Amino acid sequence: MIEVRDLVKQYGDHIAVDHLSFQVEKGCIYGFLGPNGAGKSTTMNIITGCLAATDGQVLIDGFDAFERPMEAKKRIGYLPEQPPVYPDMTPLEYLRFVAKAKNIRKEDVEAQVASAMERTGITHMKNRLIRHLSKGYRQRVGFAQAILGDPAVIILDEPTVGLDPMQIIEIRDLIQSLGKEHTVILSSHILSEVSAVCDQVMIINKGKLVAIDTPERLGEHFLTKATIRLLLKGDETAARAALGALPEGVELTFSPSEEAGTVSVYLEMPHSLDVREQVFHACAGAGVPILSMESKVATLEDVFLQLTAEAEGAAEAAPPAPDQTPEPEPPALQEDKPDEKEAQQ
Amino acid sequence: MRVIYEKELRSYFTGLTGYLFIAFLLFFTGVYSIVLNFSSFYPNFEYVITNLSFVFMVLVPVLTMRSFAEERAQHSDQLLYSLPLKMPQIVFGKYFAMVTVFLVPIAVMCVYPLILRLYGEVDLLTAYSSIFAFFLLGCALMAIGLFISSLTDNQIVAAVITFLVLLFCYMVTSIVDYVSPASLFSFTAFTVVFLLLAGAIYFVSKNVWLAVVVFAVCEIPLAYLYLFHMITLAGAFQNFLGYLAIFSRTSGFINGVFDLTAVVYFLSIAGLFLFFTVSALEKRRWN
Repeated sequence: MIEVRDLVKQYGDHIAVDHLSFQVEKGCIYGFLGPNGAGKSTTMNIITGCLAATDGQVLIDGFDAFERPMEAKKRIGYLPEQPPVYPDMTPLEYLRFVAKAKNIRKEDVEAQVASAMERTGITHMKNRLIRHLSKGYRQRVGFAQAILGDPAVIILDEPTVGLDPMQIIEIRDLIQSLGKEHTVILSSHILSEVSAVCDQVMIINKGKLVAIDTPERLGEHFLTKATIRLLLKGDETAARAALGALPEGVELTFSPSEEAGTVSVYLEMPHSLDVREQVFHACAGAGVPILSMESKVATLEDVFLQLTAEAEGAAEAAPPAPDQTPEPEPPALQEDKPDEKEAQQ
Repeated sequence: MRVIYEKELRSYFTGLTGYLFIAFLLFFTGVYSIVLNFSSFYPNFEYVITNLSFVFMVLVPVLTMRSFAEERAQHSDQLLYSLPLKMPQIVFGKYFAMVTVFLVPIAVMCVYPLILRLYGEVDLLTAYSSIFAFFLLGCALMAIGLFISSLTDNQIVAAVITFLVLLFCYMVTSIVDYVSPASLFSFTAFTVVFLLLAGAIYFVSKNVWLAVVVFAVCEIPLAYLYLFHMITLAGAFQNFLGYLAIFSRTSGFINGVFDLTAVVYFLSIAGLFLFFTVSALEKRRWN
């Protein structure tokens, strides 16, 4: 659907996009993930024809975006970071204008505009001036503009920024419904959003693609160690005795806990090993009550932090080898992330 | 192109800009017509036109300042770039919308000579060719304004710069006669202009070598001429300034001559600046 080959964008001495290559298949939702200034918006602007590239090639449905921009642009709907709306128009006028500019046939314009407004839920606002609409509604008008004319690819630059939680949920639902018929690429720095919505995640850092995979497999690939945190009643010797019989490969770290008469244990093991049941039986058998047990699976956030931090370190130390397999590190334990933890008691 | 044209035209008339432009131009036309035609009993509508051209200095910036500056400020330029539209289509759509707004007061002006004719002998050909020249002058100035608007994202800056440029073009007509025709003066003056040009190039591109090369390319032939063919530089700067005096180009029409070179001149200015606008917008996509 979209093929990006060796894309380079240079601003003076600064390289914003550095030999970026990837392919996007039909009918998937892709998430573009990266820290600020990683080159997400620049790449999106180049794909949509808003920016010219220094070097490289972008093919959209086989059409070169630089040599045959008209054909390429017809196949793309783009919602930039700031919704590109005209405050002095009403949504209806605005969408009619975009529909005509997209060369939609005259007799289809009204129907297409109506269906785009219906899908984005702005029909009841169609006769208000965009100037008077809230940020959320402007974003939806921008959305409606992008999906007009049923483009094969829809590109969304940070589509949920500045929306309230209700609106974020609605926009996410909308993106998921779009993903059924269109190829969607969205950029975000909100990781839970990307893992919730996207089929494929592309992590980009300093203009380079560091990883592309499904959110789950990214977790498996890059974090080979799983961790469990235990809070046990008793002292360290009792805990050591109880957990002594766990299988090979489980590393134990004991540390005093804040609560008097308890000890906290940190277990580290290969990702493939699930020892939660064994821990329960071992502790129960030894008469050491488990006060809490938290198992932590790798989240996209860890992968992201690890990959971007690695690229940073590599860039400082030596010229980075692009395809190096990252050395796994134990993920830091995080507080208060209930949706990404399994808690057992 | 048509879709941009319609959108722009609509926005001129949903806001105040279009009405303001038309109202002010017609107001001044009326004032001068009352003073010259109805109080002083001149049957020549072209006198009104001569006196009227100064209003362009204020009215053209009003009309052109928002065209591209506003798009950039509200980020809607990204929409235009991502739509299947070619850059010249966008520029010409906007330009023709302006020209259409301008045609409204021009159409009203065309009634004046007919009214005057009710009261005496009127040279209709001169009157209408003057209106035509006035129209062309306006078109050329609007192209300049459009170009300046494409350089900035601030409407006010665009308006002020356009005003200053037009003011300079207006003043240059009267300066030209006082400029020394001496070769040495021409040489110095051109050198200063080239230095300014090199400075501007450095400012835009931040490339010292480019600026130096451009300066050298301009300055070396100039120095050669000054040293070996000094006579060619006599009066050269005067002529150069004469080319910038856009406003004075209507004088032929006003004196009853249909000046084809002036028509070509106005159309070239308009074409050149529309081309500059397209290039400036294309260049923006590169950085």
